[in-house]
Amino acid sequence: MSVVTAQSSIVNLKSKIRAYWSLTKPLQSGLLLATGLAGYMSARCPVFNIGAILGLAVSLFLAIAGSTVLNMWWDRDIDAKMGRTKKRATSSGVVDENEVLRVGLILSVIGVGWAVAMDALYGLIVFAGLFFDVVVYSIWLKRRTAWSIVWGGVSGAMPILAGRALGLGYIDWVGVTLALGVLFWIPTHTLTFSMKFAKDYEAACVPTFPSTYGLGVTRATIAISSVLAAAAMVVAGYGIGMAWGFLRLLGVLSAGLLILALVMTFRPSERVNFGLFKYASVYMLAAMILVVIEVM
Amino acid sequence: MKPSPLDRVLLLFTVIIAAYQVAVGIDGFDTLPIIAYTVGFGVLLVAVLLIFILGFDILDSPVVIIISTIIPLSLATGLAWQHLASYRTLYLLFAIGGFLAVTLTRSISAPGKLPIIILVLTHGIAGMTIFILPIILSIQGKAPPLFALVGIGGALIGVGGLLLSFLKTGRPILSRETILKVLPGLLLLTTACFAAGFKFG
Repeated sequence: MSVVTAQSSIVNLKSKIRAYWSLTKPLQSGLLLATGLAGYMSARCPVFNIGAILGLAVSLFLAIAGSTVLNMWWDRDIDAKMGRTKKRATSSGVVDENEVLRVGLILSVIGVGWAVAMDALYGLIVFAGLFFDVVVYSIWLKRRTAWSIVWGGVSGAMPILAGRALGLGYIDWVGVTLALGVLFWIPTHTLTFSMKFAKDYEAACVPTFPSTYGLGVTRATIAISSVLAAAAMVVAGYGIGMAWGFLRLLGVLSAGLLILALVMTFRPSERVNFGLFKYASVYMLAAMILVVIEVM
Repeated sequence: MKPSPLDRVLLLFTVIIAAYQVAVGIDGFDTLPIIAYTVGFGVLLVAVLLIFILGFDILDSPVVIIISTIIPLSLATGLAWQHLASYRTLYLLFAIGGFLAVTLTRSISAPGKLPIIILVLTHGIAGMTIFILPIILSIQGKAPPLFALVGIGGALIGVGGLLLSFLKTGRPILSRETILKVLPGLLLLTTACFAAGFKFG
């Protein structure tokens, strides 16, 4: 093999890795992974058990990344119709679609398999998350009803429940409340997103809350889900046994989320919409960091 | 106008210090000061976080005047409750009344210069309380010397408030660019002074 061919192969490999890395939506996957780790640590089990932490992190990341890649594969036709997503590797043809399917399946099988090998209950919850995300949300409901986001939310709530179940060995009310916090947080995130890119979704014929029920109902839904998400996170924080100081801080961050949701409901604007979208992500990350700091 | 990378670092540190102050820095105080400081540092935290996310343009919102009144009022109320026992109720009434007055005069079309008079009075009394009280207590030996840092924080937040007011009136003594350039550093220094003053004072 000539030097030029070898260099070309390396460049191709690099660009392929970059393409697949972007298909895993690293920021979103990272945030979900953070919820899983926080859920595990919230159980106050020995957090410096490197084997367990590493196993949790890798298995969860592989399962989340696998389901995300499978979603991208399934949605490649509608992604190609939307300005925001048409440059994705799957919809622009940068990677072969059969290869994407294989990679998604391999990541998913390894992630879930690893999770089952670590703990059956943990594995079952990780599998449930993947199943809800790929089969129920993407394949079955996304193109049929705006309510599909509920199932997307259920799927997004699974990592934190899985992490806590792995730490405890069983499912408790705190784990369920933490999962509800994430479940109610997801509409705050996704509905603001669907308002911002309403035309894109319309072009791809994907039903969303704004297109089905109008902006007013969507904003009200965001406000209600923000209230429920904040309430669930504070109750879960109390259930974990968070110190009052940390609960105060969680309350302050929750108040910021509520105020932004209210402003968006009564004085809507593009800027507030975007602000809530970003703040919701920061809120969830901060809540997870608080859970981790609290138990360390 | 978007914050520069340096601005973002300064704002992030401000958020972290304010978060520390809410979570840890006010533990052990009485209930009302804890509530007052939580509100004060909490509003500061969320406001700085929003500047971080949305940029400095958020400061153009008319709500900023009302929000920026909460910070000095609540911090001053906490200080007065802790150190001016005989004026507790009076100060609490002033804080609630001042906030309501500012909100009311900014929400309706109040006559003449009433809104600005209310604003100056409320900010003036609250600002002077935060600035002078800790310094006097330190000088008198009723509080450790480093408690004076809270007073310095009060002076700095006063400067920040003034700069923002000049921006809002459209007659800034410094250009908008200069004000926005110094604001993140000023916010960090202010918050650090408060946190250090409460910690070591």
